[in-house]
Amino acid sequence: MNSPDPLASQKPIASVPSLAQTSTERKQTGSRTVLQRIRTRSPRSSRIPDAIFRIIIALAALSVFIIVVLIVYELVDKSKLSLHQFGIGFFYGHDWDPVNDQFGALPFVYGTIVSSVLALILAVPFSVGVAVYITEMCPVALRAIISFLVELLAAIPSVIYGLWGIFVLAPLLRQYVQPFLAKYFGWTGLFEGPQFGLGMLAAGIILAIMIVPIVASITREVLSAVPQNQREAVLALGATRWEMIRMGVLRNARIGIVGGVILGLGRALGETMAVTMVIGNRPEIAKSLFAPGYTMASVIANEFSEATGDLYLSALVEIGLALFIVTLIVNALARLLVWSITGGTARVSA
Amino acid sequence: MPEPTRYRSATLNLWRKFANVGATAFAVGSVILVLVPLLAVFVYLLIKGIGSVNWAFLTQTPKPVGESGGGMANAIVGSGLILLIASGIGIPLGIGCGIYLAEFGRNRFGDFVRFTADVLNGVPSIVIGIVAYSIVVVQQKHFSAYSGGLALAIMMVPTVARATEEMLLMVPNSIREAALGLGIPKWRATISITLRSASAGVITGCMLAFARVAGETAPLLFTAFGNQYWNLNPNQPTAALPLQIFVYAISPFDEWHRQAWAGALILIVMIVVAVAAVRIVTSRGMLKGAS
Repeated sequence: MNSPDPLASQKPIASVPSLAQTSTERKQTGSRTVLQRIRTRSPRSSRIPDAIFRIIIALAALSVFIIVVLIVYELVDKSKLSLHQFGIGFFYGHDWDPVNDQFGALPFVYGTIVSSVLALILAVPFSVGVAVYITEMCPVALRAIISFLVELLAAIPSVIYGLWGIFVLAPLLRQYVQPFLAKYFGWTGLFEGPQFGLGMLAAGIILAIMIVPIVASITREVLSAVPQNQREAVLALGATRWEMIRMGVLRNARIGIVGGVILGLGRALGETMAVTMVIGNRPEIAKSLFAPGYTMASVIANEFSEATGDLYLSALVEIGLALFIVTLIVNALARLLVWSITGGTARVSA
Repeated sequence: MPEPTRYRSATLNLWRKFANVGATAFAVGSVILVLVPLLAVFVYLLIKGIGSVNWAFLTQTPKPVGESGGGMANAIVGSGLILLIASGIGIPLGIGCGIYLAEFGRNRFGDFVRFTADVLNGVPSIVIGIVAYSIVVVQQKHFSAYSGGLALAIMMVPTVARATEEMLLMVPNSIREAALGLGIPKWRATISITLRSASAGVITGCMLAFARVAGETAPLLFTAFGNQYWNLNPNQPTAALPLQIFVYAISPFDEWHRQAWAGALILIVMIVVAVAAVRIVTSRGMLKGAS
């Protein structure tokens, strides 16, 4: 949504000269309006209640900050043991052996990155296609329906995607897709080995379905922020509709689209349940996408409640900390990129 | 006299036409391709779930492995309990935060809070689960509905806050001015006039946040933990619908798989009803109360 700042856009009210113009005839710059002047000067009788109200509300606002600080503190505090024990080597050690207190997170990092990147490769072209269709091609009557349906994809809980992945997608992959891929693309080494259905490929596909609505809705928002006269200008030069979209719209919006894609990446990295249910959960690094893998989020989901020993628990929390830091960076980056296109008011929700 | 400019050969035009048609086809195709999984999920939920949803499913607790029958009544009620706790904490905090952002937040601190809220929105739910675990469960030394509710509440705050802010900003300033002009104190004007005018939109935001956390499983794994029996004490491990679906789905028993589908159907119906209700309210205009 792109509503302008109500305070900045508000014109001084000329008919209230005693309020609008002070004795010094200070020029109204728009940032300080009548309303704000009234706001800052409550009537005497309500000064104290207003102050209390303001404090309570400010505390509610502060609580968001406190929660984030608490998250950081708890994660760092609880992973201290593992941080001291393994240092940075934690993330390139590839032995995950709770029995012998050996913890290396590389298989999980690898699984997280591969499944997310796979999801992006599958999801991004289609998300952009959907967004382009909705903003540039769609009949007005269909527009709301299609955006609603795509949004509905985001409303399905991940555990249901997981359930569907296990019982519908995995058999489908095993019977049709994997034999096909193995036969024609087996030479790449990406599609070989036993065909379980469950595995990295299934996780990538499920993740792709889950991030499409996010990437599509951000892209749609960014595309509709492109000024209309850009489109008209390109069309006036004799461009076809596709050329208009390519030169007039996509080129102007590309930074915002990248922001949407990164936001989708953030969601994919942290997604837990659906991935846990379909990826196969084996801490190995295999080149083949048919092989089972393991992600950072799934190892926490599977092992946290039965982790015995402080070091084990601490290692799991450290994985959580890494996940938190990565999604933090990814989200901040995405937010900056999207905002650079749509202006500060766009809501970036993951 | 110069030759009149000759147009380029028709092949270029053909290529451009082809690209144009191709792009349109790709866009339409991707819409279809994206909607196929949506349809597939719903169709399978209906086909596989509807057969197992019956009165027993809605009123009984799970039977031990091997016995058929039983249901998820305790999980449905448990979910309700956890969501009640979550809403009780998350919605007031979120609305408070949203009011601050809209009414007082046009400054650096407001931008900072807005940024933090977006950061919090992007934190993976499993990480929030870890934090709720170490704040509540570790202190109490047992799993509880409180800890699950807290985890979900944390997830609700940023969504509710940003939605509230957005809706409050849509309330015309003249309404605020009118209220203040009548001598109503600022706090009263904000709550009874501004917030009230935007109430439909704010409720929408709350319901969206509710629907979003209703299906969350990851943060409940080691906070609410799940329970095979009736439990109404929020200080005890509590069953939750998504959690039960997860446990049943990864189990090796066919009976449990059927129950998982039925549970998923119930869950999705609840969520879709909430989202559709939201859609109807919003399509009638956010600020109905204001006019």
